[in-house]
Amino acid sequence: MPEPLSASSVPKISPLFRLQWEEAQNCHVLLYPEGMVKLSGSAGEILKRVDGQNSITGIVDELKQQFPGVPLEADVLKFLEVAHDNGWIRIL
Amino acid sequence: MTTAGSASSSPAPGKPLWLLAELTYRCPLQCPYCSNPLDFARHKTELDTADWIRVLREARKMGAAQLGFSGGEPLLRPDLEELIAEARQLGYYTNLITSGVGMDEARIKAFKTAGLDHIQVSFQASDEALNNYLGGTDSFRHKYEMARLVKKYEYPMVLNIVIHRQNIDQMEDILRMTVDLEADYVELASTQYYGWSKLNEAALLPTREQLQRAEAIAHDYQARMKGRMKIIYVVPDYYENRPKACMNGWGAIFLTIAPDGSALPCHAARQLPGLEFPNVREHSVDWIWNDSSAFRKYRGDEWMKEPCRSCPDKHKDFGGCRCQAFMLTGDACNADPVCDKSPHHAALVAQVEAMTSRPLPSPGEKPLVFRNTRNSKALTAES
Repeated sequence: MPEPLSASSVPKISPLFRLQWEEAQNCHVLLYPEGMVKLSGSAGEILKRVDGQNSITGIVDELKQQFPGVPLEADVLKFLEVAHDNGWIRIL
Repeated sequence: MTTAGSASSSPAPGKPLWLLAELTYRCPLQCPYCSNPLDFARHKTELDTADWIRVLREARKMGAAQLGFSGGEPLLRPDLEELIAEARQLGYYTNLITSGVGMDEARIKAFKTAGLDHIQVSFQASDEALNNYLGGTDSFRHKYEMARLVKKYEYPMVLNIVIHRQNIDQMEDILRMTVDLEADYVELASTQYYGWSKLNEAALLPTREQLQRAEAIAHDYQARMKGRMKIIYVVPDYYENRPKACMNGWGAIFLTIAPDGSALPCHAARQLPGLEFPNVREHSVDWIWNDSSAFRKYRGDEWMKEPCRSCPDKHKDFGGCRCQAFMLTGDACNADPVCDKSPHHAALVAQVEAMTSRPLPSPGEKPLVFRNTRNSKALTAES
């Protein structure tokens, strides 16, 4: 079972998935063997900052700069937990 | 993604999200359930590299995201590395669907450099003798070695095993093999009865008891391997009461390009009568997808008859499979007889019952018809 995530966790996209902006879908997508997950705008904004270097705190800080005044800490963590459960990201 | 509006509609076509590039019908294996058409030996011409690159570009522009390199055995194409590199550069997620025969470490490495995303290796069984018998080739050990190398080079790996009466009782052993090979995904694909497998169905269709035992084992492994290995078990639809949503609807997301450039809404569609499949040598992918009569023929629901026409599930399963409807009822517009609302369902159930209550025919009594050029030519000459 996956470990719970914490603010200092450093996520990276799982090698089983590839994240890319998909023009035809007008959104970020996760591609995997014979399949595709379409991501919401906010999910795309979070996952494109997941690079295997940035901690969750770092990701939240970057998002705060981009979207000032939006309370997003809890939502980011919640989404990353879902992403982790789905196997989209791994924790280093 | 269904369009709201009138109950009977011809919706604007979606995007061809899934492009299956059947690079060649040539294959070193001879599996008796091959999905290539029976008359594959008649379709000898193959698109060249430039044609394929044009197809890849056009389909990508229309929104295609998944690309499968398939066949036959795609490794037989010496331009495979070049096509992978082009596809990856265009932004496709590139899938190589292979038997592993014709692969070696140098090539696995070259594919990685070209940007290949995923490799799917097929096994015919987990037992060497049966694997080699079904494939008509001494390939088991080589496949095993190749699967190890696929993981060594850190590809996501799918192992595909076609399941039927002759290997279904080895389910436990098959799954143990996939765990040992560290597969990320396992596709336990029950034989679908078209073309070659239809010829051999008496030797391939499992009994209901076999299926139940195998399903229990697969479910057990699914639970045990959760989060590490995803096991997809597609059971034979002859035992279902509702049809599969074949190809997710005709001309909805799937586009197959056959080796000779024929564009097909599904790789089995060539057997349907009265359809003229457009060729990418003569037409753009855009025209083929949006305007050709073959792709419009069973798109949407206007072609449906009863019981599909008034069925609440018609946008869920699209009336099942057109090829199966044609094969089993003589009319591709009929409901797929897998559906228990079809007036042909009872006949199918009786047929399955009769076939599976007989003991497995011995090879001497009714030999398997292997998929090879000789048999393809002989079968085609008869018809």
